[in-house]
Amino acid sequence: MSARREALLWAAQRASAAMLALCVVVHLATMIYAAHAGLGAAQILERTRGNVVWLGFYSVFLLAVVVHVPIGLRAVLSEWLGWRGASRDAFLAAFAAGLGWLGARAILGVFL
Amino acid sequence: MTTLQVRVWRGGPQGGDYRAYEVPRQASQSVLDVVTYIQRTLDPTLAYRFACRVGMCGSCAMTVNGVARWTCRTHVDQVCADGRLELAPLANLPVIRDLVADMREFFDKWARARGRFAGRRTRHDDFERVAPDSEPRRQVDAAIECIGCGVCYSSCDVVAWNPDYLGPAALNRAWTLQRDVRDAAQAERLRAVAGDAGCHACHTHLSCTERCPKHISPTAGIAGLKRAAAAAALKGEL
Repeated sequence: MSARREALLWAAQRASAAMLALCVVVHLATMIYAAHAGLGAAQILERTRGNVVWLGFYSVFLLAVVVHVPIGLRAVLSEWLGWRGASRDAFLAAFAAGLGWLGARAILGVFL
Repeated sequence: MTTLQVRVWRGGPQGGDYRAYEVPRQASQSVLDVVTYIQRTLDPTLAYRFACRVGMCGSCAMTVNGVARWTCRTHVDQVCADGRLELAPLANLPVIRDLVADMREFFDKWARARGRFAGRRTRHDDFERVAPDSEPRRQVDAAIECIGCGVCYSSCDVVAWNPDYLGPAALNRAWTLQRDVRDAAQAERLRAVAGDAGCHACHTHLSCTERCPKHISPTAGIAGLKRAAAAAALKGEL
């Protein structure tokens, strides 16, 4: 069971890394464009509010973060602090939920 | 005649310290020559390990100026620009005495990684034909020349952090069997090498690949094991 879980977590981390690579590039390119075009907060919100494309893009970005970060943190906690087992996994699940909540709040903040 | 200033770690499982020796510098002198000179001429109580002296047996690996190396094929010229050498036993392994590391755990991990070939034919069957230019055979060729010296294991940060980690050499061995089309224990071996003490613990630091004296890339084999484990897990075979 452990071998299967580790293999699936590895696959999930690699897949989410590939998604993150794409999302970060798009996000940075958009930020650079917005800064160079001199767009202020009001003009950016004007473009994001009610825009399902940006909602979809940042939802995918958030999903990749929520999958990727806790799996990486899991290795750090195990190797640096020697923290393993159910208590570590419960902490990571809560951490992932927290990341998801904060991210969803930010996405909805610019969509609604 | 110039001399080398050599500091050699002396001690045992309870601890120890460096002791200084002066060794005459010679042309084409290997680090193993230096250790042998000390033991035969200056201090017969020095314990070290060697056998073939030609880079085949893998028994003479030590830490030379902070880096794990095979000492029989490491010339002093390569590692010692200022006439100083510091020699210690391999890291990440218990010390028996002086420069002799205890290799039991290292080789036990080969067994734990199912590093033994499991054939499916008997002596009454014909030989299995493996095309030399087939992809699996080429992958085996790239990884098969391991001499079990322990340099990769001693250089691996993950071994230092996670003592249960099977290590680059055992996983490299498992990879050569995983790509061996004659082997009949593939699923069992993948279960043995997947997990947080196996291939998934590797962080791809590449220290093993950089320091392997046989120029093998255990990192590549470990990456192959990760891919094979992920494919098996997705198919429900792990």
